[in-house]
Order: sequence, then C-alpha cells, then structure tokens
Amino acid sequence: MKRREFLHYTGLGLGAGLLSQIPIIGKAVPLEAPWYTIDVAKKKELADVALNAARSKGATYTDVRIGRYLNQFVITREDKVENVVNTESYGIGIRVLANGSWGFASTDQMDKDSIARAAATAVAIARENARLLTTPVQLAPQKGYGEVSWKTPIEKNAFDVPVKEKADLLLSVSDAAMKGGADYVGSFMFLVNEQKYFASSDGSYIDQDVHRIWPTFQITKIDKATGKFETRNALSSPRGMGYEYLIPRESDKIHGVTTLYRDRYDMLEDARQAGTQVGEKLKAKSVEPGKYDLVLDPSHLWLTIHESVGHPTELDRVLGYEANFAGTSFLTLDKWESKKFQFGSPLVNIVADKTQPGSLGAVGYDDEGVATQKWDLIKNGVLVNYQAIRDQAHIIGLKQSQGCCYSQSWSDVQFQRMANVSLQPGTAPLTPAELIKNVERGIFIAGDGSFSIDQQRYNFQFGGQLFYEIKNGQIVGMLKDVAYQSNTQEFWNSCKAIADKRDYRLGGSFFDGKGQPSQVSAVSHGSATARFNGVNVINTARKI
Amino acid sequence: MPILTKEAAQALLKKVLAYSKADECEVSIYSGDSGNVRYARNEVSTSGANSKSMLVVSSAFGKKLGTATINEFDDASLEKVVRRAEELARLAPENPEYMPILGPQQYGEGSGGYNKDTAAIDPAYRADAVAQSLTITKQNKLVAAGFLENTVASSAMMNSKGLFAYNSSTEINFSITVRSEDGTGSGYASKAYNNVKKLDAAKETSIAAQKASGSKGAKAIEPGKYTVILEPAASIVLIEQLVNNLDARSAEEGRSFLSKAGGKTKLGDKLMDDQVTIYSDPWHPDMPTSPYNNDGRPQEKITWIEKGVVKNMYYSRYWAQKDNVKAIPGPDAFIMEGGTASLEELIKSTEKGILVTRLWYIRPVDPQTLLFTGLTRDGTFYIENGVIKHPVKNFRFNESPVIMLNNVEALGIPERAVSGESNSSAILPPMKLRDFTFTSLSDAI
Repeated sequence: MKRREFLHYTGLGLGAGLLSQIPIIGKAVPLEAPWYTIDVAKKKELADVALNAARSKGATYTDVRIGRYLNQFVITREDKVENVVNTESYGIGIRVLANGSWGFASTDQMDKDSIARAAATAVAIARENARLLTTPVQLAPQKGYGEVSWKTPIEKNAFDVPVKEKADLLLSVSDAAMKGGADYVGSFMFLVNEQKYFASSDGSYIDQDVHRIWPTFQITKIDKATGKFETRNALSSPRGMGYEYLIPRESDKIHGVTTLYRDRYDMLEDARQAGTQVGEKLKAKSVEPGKYDLVLDPSHLWLTIHESVGHPTELDRVLGYEANFAGTSFLTLDKWESKKFQFGSPLVNIVADKTQPGSLGAVGYDDEGVATQKWDLIKNGVLVNYQAIRDQAHIIGLKQSQGCCYSQSWSDVQFQRMANVSLQPGTAPLTPAELIKNVERGIFIAGDGSFSIDQQRYNFQFGGQLFYEIKNGQIVGMLKDVAYQSNTQEFWNSCKAIADKRDYRLGGSFFDGKGQPSQVSAVSHGSATARFNGVNVINTARKI
Repeated sequence: MPILTKEAAQALLKKVLAYSKADECEVSIYSGDSGNVRYARNEVSTSGANSKSMLVVSSAFGKKLGTATINEFDDASLEKVVRRAEELARLAPENPEYMPILGPQQYGEGSGGYNKDTAAIDPAYRADAVAQSLTITKQNKLVAAGFLENTVASSAMMNSKGLFAYNSSTEINFSITVRSEDGTGSGYASKAYNNVKKLDAAKETSIAAQKASGSKGAKAIEPGKYTVILEPAASIVLIEQLVNNLDARSAEEGRSFLSKAGGKTKLGDKLMDDQVTIYSDPWHPDMPTSPYNNDGRPQEKITWIEKGVVKNMYYSRYWAQKDNVKAIPGPDAFIMEGGTASLEELIKSTEKGILVTRLWYIRPVDPQTLLFTGLTRDGTFYIENGVIKHPVKNFRFNESPVIMLNNVEALGIPERAVSGESNSSAILPPMKLRDFTFTSLSDAI
C-alpha cells in the first residue's frame, strides 16, 4: 500500500504536518500493549514450511523473512496531543531463485497453507521472468550460521516508557519553544522495533530485535507586521538506541553558538534555544552570494555525506539497476579499477559500517543472512570500494557479500541499501573552534535543510538550519537565505580540515528512499566538523 | 482478502459497527492486490506480488478519539479491533479540535476508476509487456531500465451515524528510462491509466529510445533565465507542489505562500497568468478518483485556480467550522487546462528555448515563496528558430511554481502524466514558460 493511500484511508494524516513524511503500514495495538515477541521456535517452524515448499517447487535457493514490525507515534501541536498511534505488522516474505531468476511473494496469512502457497507463487514468478533472462543470477556463497540472534544494545526500551511520559516531554518542548518566542510548534516522537527472523536454504536461522528512535520538532515564528516567517527544526538525530537517547548528559553536549549533541539529546534545551534562534533568523542578514569557506557541523554534514558519498558508492546504482528512478552513479567501475580516482582530498577517509553501535543501520546480519562488517570506501581521498550484496559481489571480485541488503518490511523484496557511511575524524588534534579560527570569510552551518542532487550524484545543493557568518576567524552573526551548490568531486577535494575524534557525531535519516516500488531505509552518517574551502553559496530569497 | 464488492463491504462494516460501544464509531476498509516487474540492464531484476488489506476503526468518547487497525477478518479479530480502538480512546487526551462524525452524505455515482481487464493482469502479462519493451531497446543497441506495476483496490467506510461510502479502482503504471550503451544519452517516458488497454509499453519505450539516441553529445550552455518547454512529466512535479500547498489553515496562520501580513490570505488574489486554471474532478473520464475523502466528505469538482486567481483553498472540518465556511477537502488529483497546440507546435513557435523531458529531486527551499530546487534529466534539448538544434547538459533550477505560472507563453494540449517524485497522476498540458531560472550545470546524464 502506498503511504498516501494509507493516510487517506485511515485519516492519520489529518493535521499532522510532520507525520505526513512518514510511511506507516500495519495494524494498531493498544497503547500500553504488553511487550511480547513471537516465539522463535514458532518462527522456525513457519520458515521451514516456506523453505520446504519452495524447494519442492524447484527453487535452487530460498530465503524467508518473518517480520513483526512495531511503530509508535506520539504527535503534538502547540499545547495539544494530536494523536497517539501504535501500529503492528506481521507477515512473511519469501524470495527464491528458480531457473536462474529471482521471484518474490509475501503474505500476512500466517497459516502453513498460505505460506506454502506464497512460496509456490514466488517460484512461479521466477519461472515467468526467467524467459527474459540473459544472465542467470550469480549468488555469492554464504555459510549457514545455524540458530543465532542479535539485539540492538538498548538501555531502556522506548515502547515500555508510558505514553504519558512521552506526551508530557513533547508538550514541555512546545511550552519551552513558545516561551522562547515561537508562534507554532509541531513535534513528534517516532519509535521503531523490527523483530526480524531470517532463514535460508544455506542453513541460517537468524533472530534479530532492532530498535530505533527519532524525537524531533519544527518551530515557526512569524513577523506579523511583514508577514515573513522562518522555521527552525530540531538538531536531534534519529538513532539506533532506546529511550536513553532522551536522557540528557552534560558530557554529551558541545557548547558553542548553539549547543549540539553527541549520543544523548536534550530535547527541552534544544527547543528553548530554537525558540530564540527562530526569532534571530527572522532578523538575520540575507547572505551575499559568492565563494565561502564552509565549516560544516556533523548535524549538517551527515546529509551531504549521504547524498554525495553514500549513494554513488552503491554498486547497484553504478551498474544501472536504479537508472529508471534514483539514477546511476558517476563512480563508474573504471574509476574504481584505476585505483587512483581522487574522490576527495587526502584528508578524506570514508568507511561503510553496519556494525557501528548507536547507528540506525546497525544489525548483526543483513536481510540475506550475511554477518555485517566495516570496510573502506574512500581511502586517503581515493575511491577503493563500493557497497555490494550477494548477487553483485562477483562483479567487483569479492568472494562474499558486504552484508548491506535490506527490506523495509516482510512484504517487500530485499535489495542493496546503504550501510552507515561515515567520514573519519582527523588524526591531528583539532577542535571546531580552532578550525574556525583559520577561516577568513566563511559560514558555519548546523542542522540539515533542503537537499537535492542529480541522478549521477555530481551537482548538489544543500540548505541547513542555522547559518553563522565567519569573519577573520570569528563568528559575527546569523545569516539567512543560504544554500550552497557544488560538484561532488570538487567539493570533497576542497576539504581542508577535519576536527578530531572528540567531535565525532552521528546524524542520519529514517527515510532513505530507493527502489521500485519505493522503499525506505534508516541509515546513519558520522563525521567531525569539517572545513571546505571556496564553495559557491547562492541567495535563495525570492519575491512572489 | 479478495477485493470487496460494495455489498460485501457494506456487510462487513455493518458487522464491525455492531461491536461498538463508543459514543461515535467510524470504520473503513481498504484492500488491494498489486503485482510488479522491474527491469534494468535489459533484463528483469526483481518482481513480486503483494496482497494487503486493512480495517481501520476509530472510536470516540466525547472528544477522546482512538484508532486501531487490523488485517484479520474473523469475528474474534473484528471484535478485538473495536475493543482496542475504544481502549485507545479512553487513554487518549481530549482533543479540543475533535469534530463529531458526519451523518449520511450524498455521493455521486462510482467514478468509473475500476476496469476488469486491468484487474485481471497476471505475471505473464507483465513479462510480455517487458519483452516488447526489451525488443525495441536491444534492436537499437540501447539499454532499458523500467518498472511496470498494476493495482486493483477497493475502499469503503461506514459510521454509527449512518454514513456509507464505497469506491473501487484499478491502475497500471509504467515508466522507462532508456540509455545509450556508452552512457552518454538518456531518455524517459511514463504513463498511468485505469484501463490497461490504453497502455502501449512499446510506444513509450520508443519515445524514450528516441530521446536517448538524440541526447548523446550534449553541449554545455550557460545557466541563467531561459524560455523552457516543460513536457507534462516535467511540469507535474512542480504543479503538484502548488496544489499540495493550498491549505487554508497554514495560509491563515501565516506560514504559507498564500499568507499575507495580519492573518489575511491571498484567496481571491490574482497570482498567476490568465491562462492558468487548475481544478479537480473525481469524475474526469481520463482520471477518475475517489468520490469521498478520508473523513467521509463528498469530493466534488472544485476550481482551485481560475484564470490565475486563487478561487479556493482546502479546509479540515475543524478549521472550516472555525471560519464558518464550507469544509472543502483537498483533492486526490488535479487537472490543469491547456490550449490546442501540440508539443511539436510549441517547439515550432520557439525562437530560443530549452525542451525539458523530466525534472528530478524536487525539494522545497523556501515555503514563503514556494521556491523549489531540482534538476533536468533524461532528455534536455536546445531549441532555436523552431527546431531542436542539439542536446544540452542538464541544469539545476531554483524556481517557484507561482513565479513560473506567471510567465506562461503558451500551453499545449493537456494529457495524463505521472509524477516521477510522488507517483501521482494529473492531467496537464505541455507548457512554454519564459524566464525559468537555471542556476548551475550538471554533468549527469
């Protein structure tokens, strides 16, 4: 079901501006539902039904994903709780190889007959498509792990926290922002629990329990005399954590022109400063277009990394599988084969890592039963690797998959999705303040804003939340109407300084979209504050 | 669950309502079957079949509302979902903006969006369509990446005040990007219909193939303000953003392009060229949509922009009551009027300009001016003295649909198009527009 359809038929979209970005599929459970999981022995029994049925119909490989996905949304607007929604989705997806071709079918009818029928349908689809095949699927070998399990290392299960506590926090956020001068505040908390069971004809039975959390808000202030308005979004980041993310710790705060957050988020404090800053944004100087040295905070830079490094290093894009929708990639195989394509300056080291604690993409095993790992994408500025899954590994000479296959739900087919892709901090001691000291004419940007990049990931444009003018090594005031445009390779080669590991932080998104039918994936990107010299800044102010 | 007839939906919803103990209860059902096939590098990559249904129950005690959904339909599950909705309602804080449910409404007859041939599509049909498409690209030494998806769906709602609404629909959606083998040319075509017989996958592939071959060797020209001809697949992604932002509450609260100082709005103001008229009509024969919206209000033919003047905004029932105006729901799709010229005639009448096949990665930059950024893609050509002279490299634009629709030179014959961003359909013409703002060049092909 498409997101628009779901919102249409349930009315969940009513009055929930921020919620309208969120795809929701599933059936609701009571607010204070007792926490439970499906018995692993039951899941194994059902998975074996699918594996056996597919084999009996002629599948040469089968994998089965049984998923129970829970979401919770708490949504507030100013002093009102607009909605509290719990959804639950439970079903099975079966992927097969038959006659060298992929087939997939899913069902939410969890009886053995329905599962066997779905397996047969998947084989029938594979056979139908095999007549259009010129190259049979070549699957990298994968050992079976037997019965194993993995769980996000959370300290406090957010689903166990009473709804009232969450609603009270969001209402306090509204109150703090309004007292700071905001006219409107929308906020929500979005919690995810993916209970995933994977089984394959390789002999793996993998049980995983994945948790994610995203608390956020948007504040608006209006100048009633002129009719102008500005917004300021939360500087939080969605994380692969439990509710402990919302229990602030002073040691996780980075104080400066605005306070920024490492592994714990002080939502109330951020709302207070946002309430003030949105007023400052209204009065800020409109930027003079031209070349600036940009100092980019991790709360902003994660999105630039995502778009300009994460996506073009996905091997399916390089090969053309996304050509009709998300596009291809300028990082063609010849650039990788040359082993000397200077993607960025020698300071630039970028890794893919599906094991990173606290990240959105952290799992023990991917959705085709491969143990997750960490590997280099860009080493000392040079392109050294891609992100690949089992049916692509042979193309770049890998003996096994890099373990970055994912599906948003049991009902969708899994395919190559981005690992956590992160810029490594500088090796020499350097703080953001020291970094700014060396900037003569620049802009410090915090928070993510507008983002757009072409279908081969060359030309991009990014906005942000907070723009501070730097003159002669000092922050001198706030700017507005700022966006920067660049070419990916030029941009990363203009990277002249990266703060050290003390400043390393994770940003990320719940909603990385890709594929047809389109699916979303949650992914994190880490970095320390970094400086990019001579980047083109445009002024986005217009009149209508 | 199979797609429900009107009678079957009515019987099911009546049974669910019988379990209700709430002050007010509203139930709705959605069920849909879809199939898809995706191809790239001139062969099938993934495909699947998907069947989903959902029963939604909203229960209210006073102004306390709870909603629960389920996809199991035995009696015990039906009662369970009603009890869950009631439990949620009891736990929920009172919402001062809660509006009592509607009584019976008058809807027009079914809008004709269901087609039995489309409902009968099977994997063999999809594979045959892809085979036709691939024959063309392989013969022309080009590389295809495409997607074909068919859906059949039904929806219905009923409430404890006697409201009942039903709709069924089918759709087939096809899109294709054809690239030259050396990766220096790319073309695109897309179509969506309710009736599968209207789709000609081979014809669309040929259009994309022609653009791919014609776009090889693109030349760079300086970014700046240009006269552009936007094909419907390009303009839809900007016009849909305009239609999506016609909300009355945002406008009156001061946070919309329709806001004016002091809580006033631009309703009744002329914001665009005389040639711009945009409306919605659930009964349009080429793009039928649901006769009711999600809270049971009847959908009607509504004119949103008439000769450049903002004629209507859409309202929630709460906000309409506050304003004491009619609660017009937002549209499911839109139709923009056009002219009589073909695309070829628009090109012929252009001294200097850029023909744009597709716009991509559209993101808001400034809600105050409805400024968006994005890029051209898959076939961008320079026009001089009425003919296409050569392909040009792609551009990034920063433009507002409001400014753009003030700069209309001419409109062509409207046709149904699909948004490459939202996957939604609309009917709109090719547009010839002056002073479209390109801000930088892209090396992407």
